[in-house]
Amino acid sequence: MRHFSYTRAESVSEAVAALAANPEAKVLAGGTNLVDLMKYDVMRPAAIVDINRLPLKQIEDLPNGGLRIGALVSNTTVAYDERVKERYPLLSSAILAGASPQLRNAATTGGNLLQRTRCYYFYDPSTPCNKREPGSGCSAIGGVNRIHAILGASESCIATHPSDMCVALAALSAAVEVEGPQGKRYIPFADFHRLPGDRPESDNTLAQGEMVVAVRLEGNHFAGHHTYLKLRDRLSYAFALVSVAAAMEVADGKIVELRVALGGVAHKPWRDMLAEAEFAGQPAEDVTFRRIAQRLLTGAKGQGENDFKIPLAEKVIVRALRQAAAGRPQDQSVKAIQ
Amino acid sequence: MHNSSKVVGLPLSRIDGPLKVTGQAGYAAEYFAPDMLHGYVVGATIATGRIAEIDTAAAEAFPGVVKVYTYKNRPSAARRDSKWKDEVALPGHPLRPLDNDKILFDGQPVALVVADSFEAARDASALVRVTYAADEPHTDLALERGNSYVPPVPRMQAFMPPKPRGNAEAAFSQAPHQISADYVIEGEHHNPMELFATTAIRNEDGTYLIHDKSQGSQNSHDYICNIFSLDPEKVVVRNSYIGGAFGSGLRPKHQLFFAVMASLDLKRSVKVEMSRQEMFYLTWRPSSIQTVSLAADEKGHLQSVMHHALHATSRYEDYQENVANWSGLAYKCDNVTISYEIAKLDVSTPGDMRAPGAATGVTALETAMDELAYEVGIDPLELRVINFVHRDQNTDKELTSKALHACYREGAARFGWSERSHEPRSMRDGNELIGWGVATGIWEAQMSPAEAKLRLTSDGKVTVSAAASDIGTGTYTILGQLAAEAFDLKLADVTVKIGDSTLPKTTVEGGSWTAASSGTAVQVAAQMVIATLLKAAQKLDNSPLAKATEEQVEIAEGRLVLEANHQVGIAVSDIMSAAGLDMIEEHAKVEPDKAIQKKYSAYTHSAAFVEVRVDAELGQVRVTRVVNAVAAGRILNPKTARSQVMGGVVMGLGMALHEEGMVDHRTGRIMNHNIAEYHVPAHADIEEIDVIFIDEDDDKASPIGVKGLGEIGIVGIAAAVSNAIFHATGARIRSFPITIDKILAETSLESETLQ
Repeated sequence: MRHFSYTRAESVSEAVAALAANPEAKVLAGGTNLVDLMKYDVMRPAAIVDINRLPLKQIEDLPNGGLRIGALVSNTTVAYDERVKERYPLLSSAILAGASPQLRNAATTGGNLLQRTRCYYFYDPSTPCNKREPGSGCSAIGGVNRIHAILGASESCIATHPSDMCVALAALSAAVEVEGPQGKRYIPFADFHRLPGDRPESDNTLAQGEMVVAVRLEGNHFAGHHTYLKLRDRLSYAFALVSVAAAMEVADGKIVELRVALGGVAHKPWRDMLAEAEFAGQPAEDVTFRRIAQRLLTGAKGQGENDFKIPLAEKVIVRALRQAAAGRPQDQSVKAIQ
Repeated sequence: MHNSSKVVGLPLSRIDGPLKVTGQAGYAAEYFAPDMLHGYVVGATIATGRIAEIDTAAAEAFPGVVKVYTYKNRPSAARRDSKWKDEVALPGHPLRPLDNDKILFDGQPVALVVADSFEAARDASALVRVTYAADEPHTDLALERGNSYVPPVPRMQAFMPPKPRGNAEAAFSQAPHQISADYVIEGEHHNPMELFATTAIRNEDGTYLIHDKSQGSQNSHDYICNIFSLDPEKVVVRNSYIGGAFGSGLRPKHQLFFAVMASLDLKRSVKVEMSRQEMFYLTWRPSSIQTVSLAADEKGHLQSVMHHALHATSRYEDYQENVANWSGLAYKCDNVTISYEIAKLDVSTPGDMRAPGAATGVTALETAMDELAYEVGIDPLELRVINFVHRDQNTDKELTSKALHACYREGAARFGWSERSHEPRSMRDGNELIGWGVATGIWEAQMSPAEAKLRLTSDGKVTVSAAASDIGTGTYTILGQLAAEAFDLKLADVTVKIGDSTLPKTTVEGGSWTAASSGTAVQVAAQMVIATLLKAAQKLDNSPLAKATEEQVEIAEGRLVLEANHQVGIAVSDIMSAAGLDMIEEHAKVEPDKAIQKKYSAYTHSAAFVEVRVDAELGQVRVTRVVNAVAAGRILNPKTARSQVMGGVVMGLGMALHEEGMVDHRTGRIMNHNIAEYHVPAHADIEEIDVIFIDEDDDKASPIGVKGLGEIGIVGIAAAVSNAIFHATGARIRSFPITIDKILAETSLESETLQ
């Protein structure tokens, strides 16, 4: 860990000013990822802006039946909030599929959006990594890449986004409320995280000086037909090999509206809205689900050790859609897959 | 000495438990001294080559840094290899940290940063700039099969294969049922919760008190005194409490060398604690490739056993373990050929990891036995029963005891094995295929030389001392129980002092031998104290014990009495005060009985039954039930014993499903060097584990009837899991860990029929 300056922000504007003043500054919220990365010497922020005192710890009702979740609300609080459980059980389920109770108690909503990849090479400062050190190369290509991306990767980076919560937020078309030097703006969830392209050092589209202040969810009709299904290398406390957040509206055995987001497969929660739209009106049955899976995985490419993710993802998507259609979401406290 | 057990054999809680759960048990890194310095190790980032340039200027300039050591300025230490060889050293050249510019493995220490705080040392360590001239690394065992060799200098003669018996090749080709396959197990890395650490406290007079994480305080003591030519009388090493070790602490680690080196050089107390990442660069269970060929007659009687084992070692030492010999003694077979080789890789020297050799070799053998059962068409448990053997065929010796039949019987009954349907994929519950697997476990019941002192004070209380170690196994407690039993005391009236190099000589704690060895020493010391007490009693006027022999007396309720008639006796306090004794202390030295060893082999045995549930489409595996029936002689404490076996089972599940050092063979570097990505089972992976102990009355394995329990719990578990996965899915996976990708690959052809 390198030495850094520490500022405790007393207001959002103060935090934004501190961030805007120093491009090297990073926000400290729960610290579950940033502090780890600093200890590993992977992240070396010159300045830390501690936002833990900011009034961003509320979950508020929105007029349209939605919710506004403050950036500092803990993952645990979100997962067990009655309104979240009732209106967005998919979100609650996805959070409970991740990390451990201790981490979820400390981790925040904003921090979850900003967590960094678990790529082995990103985590080891002695190896080339374009995300950590732009231009140094990608060691994961041709290396140990069991956990890496099969969709949307580039020659610069094949890392994946590790969050479970964000996969649900992507499926729910959340919006990210950010504040910056230019004021407030809302970023559609699909536009918040980036694909690596030739700038893998940028995980997201936050501009210099901007910070996440809340996540906003619209009202929806998915509470009856949804699931979060996560496959991993052990039954708890492991990042997803493949996860699926599925939600649908079903009427007369037909899909009215479909949402599918994939985790563990790309640099961002993977969603293909055009593909989803194609299946409106189709029967909610296995044949359709398999076609959806194949459609979503169009262009999927393995890196060697992670080739298995492609057939695995297809099977997980089908099972998740089956669970969602049947109104039988995966219970995260039950390890048998329903 | 024949009192019915009042303390031994009871499921008593650990006497060190309250200290541990209240944070009062001091671990090696938890000691402090005034003005203490902290060392932090910089590891190599190549697997082979040399250091071209090393620049420490920025690190030295970092606030708080006192000194940075590299091969260029390392203080001198012993030159001869023999001085660097610890009690359990291997054939080869022991690693000498910072000795020269050569790099032999990923993570090899290249610098030690010493600073006035841990944080300063760690932060400055990132500023040490090393440029390497890297050579092409060779770390993939599969590619080095052609470079394998029989170790020219055996670590232990017993690890070398027995002479072939019969003609295994011919018997194999003539038998009606044959199986032959390769079994691959990836390297595993010890990750005990406690990191390796040494606190070297330098006293004003230049003497040392060193707290070291180690499985042998005297091994660490002798090692460090030899290297730095220290006066052995002026150095004390303690390993009072150990947060798990599993074999990783048998040999001294580089942090011990570094802490003492810096302390001697800077004349200050120094602490060096490893990072979790460093834990991946030392003492690991080597990756292995084994070929097992088995043949049987129509009824399943083994006709031929051929087992070839190969595992990795380093460039500088020939690590060896007993991988394949188990195949020559597990079952009755007249035609057996066993061979064993190692191959050098650009890796750190592997080391003993819980049931070294057996965990590897028995996994292959017991998977192969399951394959043979299906080839013959009989129940896998039945195959094991009909090939039961009562003799050690490798050495042609009798066995001290072998209650394995009872393990099979009682384990199967508890598990419900009789309800099993033979065909793979024949048991199902909803989306999940159910599989039941079985495997036999074997481990040596060993005893090593040990000493112990026992002191009886006039208040009737007892103190036991020995340089034994408690690596979490319960040594404190069982030694206390044995002493309490001998003096008819409550456990609370016994003080146990271990984990200190100044105490009576004890071999490193390993191989499951500590209970049998140190336990025997305590029992013999107790007998000696009672004999001395009897002599004193017999000097009294009109002593009622005047004609009693040692064998006829015991202690009961504070009195030395005739075993046959407790009315006849004298209070211990009366004897001692009459004799003018404040205390009686005796020092026992025990070793294995060579006459018995010549005639007998001693082993622990187990039968492991495992239920898995595998999602028929997605390949997710859950181990839902384990029954492990263990025959290990006399159980001193069923509570600590059960914990030992449960821990072994959990580690076996890790071997079966999770644990794997992932090496980038392009660079020869381990990439998942943290416990977020190096997976061991999490709570959710562990469901029911049922441990059964089968009593064995065995006075030959050790004088106290103990066989040892540290290793047997893991042996056979990985095979039982893989056999259960086969039973569930029909897919035979011979590569460990059995991860989801392997299951999907092997079951993909069948998945269509499932939907």
